Amino acid sequence: MKTLPAVDAVIIGGGWAGLLMAKELSARTSLSIVVLERGPSREPSDYATDMDELDFYVRLRMMQDLSQETVTLRHDTSKRALPLRQHGAFLPGAGAGGSGEHWNAQVPRFLPDCFELLSKTTEKYGSNALPGGHAVRDWGVTYDELEPDYTRVDKLLGSSGKAGNLRGKLIDGGNIFEGWRSEEYPTPPTKVPYVSALFRDAAKSLGYHPYPAPSANISRAYTNPDGISRGGCTYCGFCNRFGCMVGAKAQPTNLLLPIIQKRKSVSLRAGAWVRRILFDSGSKPTVRGVTYVDATGEEVFQPASLLFLASWTFNNTRLLLLSGIGEPYDPASGRGTVGSNLTHQISVPSATAFFDQPLNRFMGSGSAGFMVSDFDRDDLDRASLNFIRGGYFAVRGFGFQPIANFGVLPNSVKATWGSEWKKAAVSYYDRTGSIIFTGEHLAYKSNFMDLDPIYKDKLGDPLLRLTLDWRENERDMSDFATKKAVEVARAMGAKEINPFPSLRSYDTTRYQSTHVQGGTIMGASPDHSVVNPYLQHWQLPNLFVLGGSTFPQNASANPTPTILAFVYRAADAIVDRYLKHPGPLG
Amino acid sequence: MRRRHFLTLSAATLGGVLVYSLDRKASILASQKKSVRIPLRFFTETEALIVAAAASRIFPSDDSGPGAREAGVAIFIDRQLAGPYGRDRFRYTQPPFEDAPREFGYQGRATPREIYREGLKGLQGFHLLAEAAQDEALRQIETTLFFALLRQNTIEGMFCDPMHGGNVDMVGWQLLGFPGPRMSNFDEIEKYYGKAFRPKPVSLADATRAKIRPSEDEQ
Repeated sequence: MKTLPAVDAVIIGGGWAGLLMAKELSARTSLSIVVLERGPSREPSDYATDMDELDFYVRLRMMQDLSQETVTLRHDTSKRALPLRQHGAFLPGAGAGGSGEHWNAQVPRFLPDCFELLSKTTEKYGSNALPGGHAVRDWGVTYDELEPDYTRVDKLLGSSGKAGNLRGKLIDGGNIFEGWRSEEYPTPPTKVPYVSALFRDAAKSLGYHPYPAPSANISRAYTNPDGISRGGCTYCGFCNRFGCMVGAKAQPTNLLLPIIQKRKSVSLRAGAWVRRILFDSGSKPTVRGVTYVDATGEEVFQPASLLFLASWTFNNTRLLLLSGIGEPYDPASGRGTVGSNLTHQISVPSATAFFDQPLNRFMGSGSAGFMVSDFDRDDLDRASLNFIRGGYFAVRGFGFQPIANFGVLPNSVKATWGSEWKKAAVSYYDRTGSIIFTGEHLAYKSNFMDLDPIYKDKLGDPLLRLTLDWRENERDMSDFATKKAVEVARAMGAKEINPFPSLRSYDTTRYQSTHVQGGTIMGASPDHSVVNPYLQHWQLPNLFVLGGSTFPQNASANPTPTILAFVYRAADAIVDRYLKHPGPLG
Repeated sequence: MRRRHFLTLSAATLGGVLVYSLDRKASILASQKKSVRIPLRFFTETEALIVAAAASRIFPSDDSGPGAREAGVAIFIDRQLAGPYGRDRFRYTQPPFEDAPREFGYQGRATPREIYREGLKGLQGFHLLAEAAQDEALRQIETTLFFALLRQNTIEGMFCDPMHGGNVDMVGWQLLGFPGPRMSNFDEIEKYYGKAFRPKPVSLADATRAKIRPSEDEQ
C-alpha cells in the first residue's frame, strides 16, 4: 500500500462538522489539513439547475449511494437484521457539504435540561421517573456553557427568528419555553406561508404560544462574521432534498467551502472512501492515520498527527468498530460503549388536515412556518400522562411538489386509482396541510449499533447493523400529540382530518428525519462514553469525533445547531490547549 | 442489439401537443400530421401500448382534465426503465434476499425492468380490451408489486419536468395549478392567503435557459 506524505490533520467527512472544523483550524493555526470526502466535490453553482423533483426529490440524487453501502436493521436481538435496500426513514447525503446541502435548515436549539437529562429528571421526579431499560445520560456539558457557541452558530448561519428568552427575560411572540439566548437572532423571522398562518392563529386561539420557526433559509440579506454574504429566501419551495438555487439556505458549500478553498493549508479530496483508522496501542495510544480507497480505486495510507471523524452517525460508529477502537457495546452485559445509545428523533404527521380553500402550497421553504412548544417541557401534568418529556408541533410551508404530494387524501376516499381517485386527488392537492410533531427519543439499553455478521459493503467490509424499535414512552407521546394536533387542525378550519395512527414497529419506509444519533456518545466518564465533552476520544487523545453520533439521547429539536456548537467548542479546546500540550483535555 | 421499436401515437389521441423525441427536441404534433413515431428505449411496441393503456386507466383522461395519455406517461416510463432507475443502479442488491415485513421496504431481487417484463406478461392483449374489461384486469393485479410500481411511475410521468418525457406540455402541472420551478414567490407568499395563485407553469429548461441532462440520459 502506498503511503502518502504525512499531514498534520485529517478530517473524515466533508459535511457541516468536518468543514467547520477545517475552517476554524485553518483560520487559527498553520496546520496542514486534508478533508477526505467519499462523495463528489460540489460548488454552490451546481444548484442553479437542480430544481427537478424527479431526479432530486424522488430519485434522491444527493443521497448516499446504497448500492455501495447501506445499514441493516432489526427490531430486537431475537430477530435477523435485513439491509435497508432503498432509502426511507432517513436520508444521509453524500458529497461536499453532506446532508447540510439538502437539509431544510430548521435551526432550533436543544432545551437546557437535555444536557443534564439523567440528573435533572432524577433530581426532580425520582429515580423511577425514567422508563425501565433506559440508557439516558448526562452530556458532561451544561446549556449555560454551550450558549456562547450556539450564538456563534446563529451568527455563522444568519439564523432568522424571534427570541423568546433573552438572558432570562421572556418575550411574547418568541419561544418562551426555550433556553436563554444572549442575543436576538441575527435576522428577523421569515415570511409566513398561508397554512402556517392558519396554524399560528388556531394555536393562539387555543391558548398556546406559537412562534416563528427558526430558519437558516434567511429572511433577508446577511453578511456573517466570516464576511460571507447571502441574499434572502425567495420561497421557491425547493429546499428539502435540493441545494439552494439562490444561496439563501445556509449550506457548507456556501458558508465554509469558499473560505477553505482560499487556504493553501487545506485540501479536500473527493471520492476518498476511508476503510480503517490505524493506531498504536501501548503506553501512549495514538492514532497514526487512515487507509482509504481513492477516486482511482487505489488503497493508500495517509499518516496524520490529528484525526477528526466527522462522517455522520453511522460511519462514525462503523469506522470505530471496523478499526477495533474502543470496546463494542454489548446489551446483554452492558459492557462496552461503541454503538450504544442509538436514537432517532420522533417525527410524525400527527394530523393531516383537508381544507375548503386553496393553500398555494408550492410557495414556501423548508423552514418557513410556525411552531408550538407548549408540550416541549418536563413540567407537563405528570399525573395524567403516561410518558415523560415531550416535543414541539410545527406547520411549515414546505414547497409542495406534485409527485411527492399528489394523492394525499382524506381517509373517507377509498379509491386508489381510476377516475374517482384522480378527481379527489386533483381536488385535494392544494388543500392539504400537516401538523408535524417532533419529539424526544430517549436512549434505551436495547437500541444500539454493531457490525452485521452477514451483509457487506462494496469492498467486503461488514455493514453497520441497527437494533432499534419504539417503546411505550414514544408510542404514548405520539398518541398524545395526535390528540392535541387534531384539536388544533379543527381550530384551523379543517373539513376533514386524518389522525396519525400509533407508532408501531420502527418503520424503515416512512421518512422521519435524518436525525439518527448516538453510537460514539460524549460523557463525563469513559465508563459510559466514547468521547469527553470536548469530543476527544477517551483512549486516543489525537482522535476527535464530531457530529450527532456523540449525542447521548435525541432531543425534540433538530440537531444541526447543536452539532456545530460542539464543533466550535472542540476547536477552541484544540487551538487554545491541545496544540500547546497534546494529550487528554480535562 | 435489440431491434428498434417505436410507439406510434396518432394526432387524434394526442390533440395538438408537444412531443419530446429521443434527443429531447420538442416538436408540436399538429392536427395535420397523422401520427408520430417515437423511438422506444426499453419496451417493445406492444409493451408500450399496454403500458400506455394501463396508465390511462390508472390516471384517466376525463371531464376533470387530461390524464396519462396526454402526458406521455408511457414514454416517460420507457426512458426510466432504460436508465439507472430501471436497472436498480442505486439500490443495495447484495444477497441474501429474505422475505420481510412491510416495514423493511422492498427486499426482492428483481429490478424495475424485470418487474415490468414479468408483469406485462400477465397483461397480454390488454390494450385491445374495452375500458371496463381493462379495469377488471387491473383489479386482478392491484395488490402486486408490478401494479404498485406502475401506479407510482404513472404519477411520476404525470407530474415530472417535461425533460423526462412525461407531463408533456406541462398538462399535469396545469391540472394541479403547479407552476414548476418558479424562481421567486417573495412578493406573493403572504399576498394570496385563502385565494388561489396560479402563475403560468414554466419548465426547468425555460426557467434556467440551461441545458440539463436528466438522470435517465446517461453518458
